[in-house]
Amino acid sequence: MQVGLLGRKVGMTQIYKEDGTVLTVTVLECGPCTVLQVRSPEVDGYSALQLGFADKRRKSATQPERGHAKKAGSEPKRYVREIRQDKPVEGVGAGETLTVEVFNGISCVDVTGTSKGRGFAGVMKRHGFGGLRATHGVKRMHRHPGSSGPSADPSRTRKGIKKPGHYGNERVTVRNLDVVKIDAAQNLILVRGAVPGPNGGYLTIRQTNKV
Amino acid sequence: MQNKFMEHVESACLKEKVPSFEIGDTVDVHVRILEGEKERIQIFNGVVIARSGSSTREMFVVRRIVQGEGVERKFPLQSPRIADIVVKRSGKVRRAKLYFLRDRTGKAVRLKERAPAKLTAAQAQAVKQEKREIRKTNKKAKADAKVARAAAAADSKANSAESDS
Repeated sequence: MQVGLLGRKVGMTQIYKEDGTVLTVTVLECGPCTVLQVRSPEVDGYSALQLGFADKRRKSATQPERGHAKKAGSEPKRYVREIRQDKPVEGVGAGETLTVEVFNGISCVDVTGTSKGRGFAGVMKRHGFGGLRATHGVKRMHRHPGSSGPSADPSRTRKGIKKPGHYGNERVTVRNLDVVKIDAAQNLILVRGAVPGPNGGYLTIRQTNKV
Repeated sequence: MQNKFMEHVESACLKEKVPSFEIGDTVDVHVRILEGEKERIQIFNGVVIARSGSSTREMFVVRRIVQGEGVERKFPLQSPRIADIVVKRSGKVRRAKLYFLRDRTGKAVRLKERAPAKLTAAQAQAVKQEKREIRKTNKKAKADAKVARAAAAADSKANSAESDS
């Protein structure tokens, strides 16, 4: 089974290993998640586990949401995602609760979330361009992209040229993060490095598929 | 204040007891150094000129003059590589960051000594009690060792007497 859970980003900090080296870690609140539905090849055409994390108030849940949760005998959930499976799921049924302990023995995870929105961003922020020079006659063009291609031939801009535009607030997956620690009592998982989104943002954490 | 989960994670890797020292104190910082397999302790002596950060990120800066050249080292307070911090002398200072010492040379670097803070009666009592306990345990260990030694000596004597006969 592909192991996965839903959670929330708590924040980043640093911890010391016994030999004094520092690990930069992100703390993730991970589960407990309720299995809302098990997708099977016969019915749905593919295998997956549908998980729900964090209760939603019944009042603010729609009627379909309430009905769907009721089938699994749970409250409507705020964050619902599916964990795709290679093979049909066995041993886990709707209504069961998965905790962070499912990650025991897993050394690397992928984390998916929504990155921080940056609005309409220029090319320096969005694509890491270097900008133009600060002096030597550059006039009010310091953060500009410069040229966007040749002139008379082809007398158009080539497709795929990096330009300013909306940046962030999109689905981002960070793959192959080391699991530093699993704290079953507090439902926490510590991964090495950064994950997308703000503190408190919802995340999908699954066993890495990077070989 | 921070999130309770964050606090939980950070408190797990804090040191149980951090030696207390203040800005302006002259301290010996005992730094663990790994040389291949062997571990030894290097001592860096100097004046604490700054402390920054909090929790696991807390750092302190120690400044000393080596061969007429100012040397500053910044240590992570919670690192397991910092074995101990021993206060040698307390300086009388009126600010949290002693960066003004960087512009000074020679005699001007000196700080006036600060009388150690007066303990309250309860604290003094506690310190006294702690010292008494240490003395007691030491004495007891010594006595035990003496008894053990005497017993061992008697044993060996008896053994030798047996073998003689």
